[in-house]
Amino acid sequence: MLKLEDICMQVSNDNGENIEILKGLNIEFQKGKVYAVTGPNGGGKTSIAKVIMGIYRHTKGHIYLEDEDISDLSITERARKGIGYAFQQPPRFKGLTIKNVLNIASPEADLMYLRKYLRDVGLCPEDYLDRDLGAGLSGGEIKRIEMAQLLLRAPLISIFDEPEAGVDLWTIQKLLGLIVSRYKNNPNKTAVIITHNEKIIPMCDEILVVDGGVITAQGTPKEIWHLIKDDIECKVRDQCQGDVIYEIK
Amino acid sequence: MKLSKLDLELLNAIADIKEVPRGALNIRLNGAAVIRQSSPNISVGPNDDGTGLIVEIKPGTKDETVHVPVVLTQAGLQDKVYNTFIVGEGADATIIAGCGIHNDSHAISRHDGIHEIIVKAGAKLKYLEKHYGEGSDSGKRVLNPTTVITVEAGASAELEMIQIKGVDDTVRSTVAHVHEKGSLKIIERLLTQGEQKAESDIQILLEGIGGTAQVLSRAVAQGNSFQLFRAALIGKAACLGHVECDAILMDNARIRSIPELQAEDADAVLTHEAAIGKIAGEQLVKLMSLGLTEQEAVNTILEGFLK
Ligand SMILES: Nc1ncnc2c1ncn2[C@@H]1O[C@H](COP(=O)(O)OP(=O)(O)O)[C@@H](O)[C@H]1O
Ligand SMILES: [Mg+2]
Repeated sequence: MLKLEDICMQVSNDNGENIEILKGLNIEFQKGKVYAVTGPNGGGKTSIAKVIMGIYRHTKGHIYLEDEDISDLSITERARKGIGYAFQQPPRFKGLTIKNVLNIASPEADLMYLRKYLRDVGLCPEDYLDRDLGAGLSGGEIKRIEMAQLLLRAPLISIFDEPEAGVDLWTIQKLLGLIVSRYKNNPNKTAVIITHNEKIIPMCDEILVVDGGVITAQGTPKEIWHLIKDDIECKVRDQCQGDVIYEIK
Repeated sequence: MKLSKLDLELLNAIADIKEVPRGALNIRLNGAAVIRQSSPNISVGPNDDGTGLIVEIKPGTKDETVHVPVVLTQAGLQDKVYNTFIVGEGADATIIAGCGIHNDSHAISRHDGIHEIIVKAGAKLKYLEKHYGEGSDSGKRVLNPTTVITVEAGASAELEMIQIKGVDDTVRSTVAHVHEKGSLKIIERLLTQGEQKAESDIQILLEGIGGTAQVLSRAVAQGNSFQLFRAALIGKAACLGHVECDAILMDNARIRSIPELQAEDADAVLTHEAAIGKIAGEQLVKLMSLGLTEQEAVNTILEGFLK
């Protein structure tokens, strides 16, 4: 489905020096599978997603979507070919309503579907459809609307970037469960969930651990989760200063 | 009087009028009233010196609308009008004003509308004013509205003033007096392009206890255009006032925003917020990731912003 081949990505820092964020990644995402991408903050997870979407341009390597090299395609072209990304920090829009944005996400979907997907992410359609996507919404509400857009679009590959951030544990567990089950039963599509959620990671088909711009571990939950769990949890906790989403068993 | 296709197109652009509306109405075309009618609750008539209109909405009138649009299609015309609107006690009404100019010549077409609005005690007014210009030659389309509004005790008024596009030069002056427990909301949305200039000067005097005023300004400046926005809130009693100015700047355009707060009472709470900047890159990228082209994304953001 989607293949990253030897992907490197550089950005220039405040001093004008080039720093390498992604260091030669090789990943193949297959159809009908749900992937969990995890790892400590700053590891490069969002950068991978943005490189796939075309928001960041990779400096070396190739990206293939269904065997077509899409390395030179714009964000728009990639979106139209079937790549979708739910932002870790979605921007706000003054003057655009939630309905407007859902209509952009899926121009042909009728109102019934917009309502259904809002309900799926735990928002009451009557209260939200006509609301402005501006300053009045909480971070958690913005995240849910972001997810609704991607679920509605249902592109070939859907990348959810830390959907749990700002959303209460109970809802997110249910919601991620829904995503996992929906994509596991769909032989033509792929879901990638960037997450720290300990309940969800083991439900995915495959786990990728990203740290320092490289994949440090990869495998099925059975193979690797018990090996990496404590290590990642530790790193995440250090960086979040104790404020982690992992549940205590 | 038959209106031409062009007249109707302009009326549609500024007042959503597709045919002559029922109810109270005055259509001013090239400096003279061409259609004028009153309704049982709203009288529309000439003022004493014949320089404009007096519109009186009877006390207690419920949910009625009066249309007073202005259309200029004669090139080079300099039109000036003095209108007075009185919204009677306890009435609830909408005034739809607005001006559309079509100028295909190289001469200046100009309309100065001087409006005095009195919203009597307990009344509720919604005032809508859209400005629009079009034409193929270099003749400037100039619009200079002056509005003086008094919001009496317990009354409320919402003024929505929009410059859609095509106005080359505008100087807008708005002065408001808000009395005890009166409430005023002014929404202004201006688009300037090319070499256009727009200046808006809003002054609100909060004179009575418990008065509230809110100014929301949204501006988009493109090309080489220039906008100057000035809003002064003067709190003379325990009151609440807020000015918000949001502007999107594109190309080589310039915007100056000057909010002023003047409190003359320790219980006056006055605030302002202003933000000027280009379209956020994150917003563009987000919409493009939903399949829009960059240009479509820009248009979507601007349309929403000025809606
Ligand atoms: N646009 C950028 N400019 C400079 N540094 C960046 C930029 N984007 C990401 N980085 C850096 O790259 C590293 C990886 O970031 P990111 O991909 O957001 O990590 P993660 O999503 O795993 O937390 C971090 O050190 C971050 O500071
Ligand atoms: Mg991230």
